[in-house]
Amino acid sequence: MMQRLECMRAIYDRLESCIVVTIMGAVSVELQSLGHRPNFFYLLHAMGLASSTGLGLALCRPKQRVVVFDGDGSILMNLGGFTTLARYRPKNLVHVIFDNESLLSVGGFPTATATGSDLARIATAAGVPRSTTVQTVEEFTAAFDEAVKSNELSCIVAKVEATGPKGYVTDLSMLENRFEFAGWIKKSI
Amino acid sequence: MPVSQTNSKIIYEALKKNGIGLVSALPETWLVHLIRMAEDDPEMILVRLAKEEEAVGISAGAHFAGVKSAMLMQNHGFLASINGIVSFAQLYRIPLLMLISHRGHFGERDPWQTQGGGVTEPLLHALGIRYDCLTDPKTVDRKIADAQTLAQSSLYPVALLLTRELMWEEQ
Repeated sequence: MMQRLECMRAIYDRLESCIVVTIMGAVSVELQSLGHRPNFFYLLHAMGLASSTGLGLALCRPKQRVVVFDGDGSILMNLGGFTTLARYRPKNLVHVIFDNESLLSVGGFPTATATGSDLARIATAAGVPRSTTVQTVEEFTAAFDEAVKSNELSCIVAKVEATGPKGYVTDLSMLENRFEFAGWIKKSI
Repeated sequence: MPVSQTNSKIIYEALKKNGIGLVSALPETWLVHLIRMAEDDPEMILVRLAKEEEAVGISAGAHFAGVKSAMLMQNHGFLASINGIVSFAQLYRIPLLMLISHRGHFGERDPWQTQGGGVTEPLLHALGIRYDCLTDPKTVDRKIADAQTLAQSSLYPVALLLTRELMWEEQ
């Protein structure tokens, strides 16, 4: 099974000019391990709201590409948000969901995707115009590139292994990250 | 419907004067005119929600993008948003301008609204969120401007409670 870190490594270069929002836990730590950039915002709490933040950004910055790195545990807390995303379907938003079928950072308990809930189909049923499930890094990279090229709201569910880093606290302070991120967007007009 | 169109217009115009470019909303009786005004305004981004907590993320995204936003919700929607308010807006210093219809207070006829009316203000206090009540149309303009000023200078949520006195015209 593929690793989340390998997926992010494969598209890391494409993120240089994107507005990137991630969830807490392994996604945030692993993206930082590849190299923090000022255009990356790590939402280290408020589970479920990374996708809503991406929607706000995408609607207010229609000419910039917004990428959200979400997780199964987080999106399951805001499934209604799929319907809001689908209602406005911003063309500049790519919604990546790393699905490891577990709440990894709090003991690895299985989420509902471990018992058959299919996030890509939920996205489709909510009205998200493009959604797909991928199993390999090659598929992931191709799906990401197609999503960008399609210029349509896209949801990519990447099935990944339930492994992650040893710890979840990094040297980057939350407020420093938040102000640097807002500053980068301001300058990117 | 006895929801005051005149006072809704005063509120909406104050939002516009204060540079609000995005409004998120979940419909509730007292908010119908405000939502329609946002809908009819080509310059306003209106985001209709499935649940109010989404609005915290949307407003944060708008703030990062340099767009001022307002949240329209019932007090029960505020109750449903509290984790987002605490663990996003307060934790990350995001200004929120919350316009909350204060249902379940004096004059409320719907029994199901009454529980939330009693806990709204105590919860705002507990969260350290500064708030004011909009009751008199003459002070709406000033209070919205002042609330917005504090939200932006403190980078913190503020709330304005829309009262029955302002929103509802008894027939």
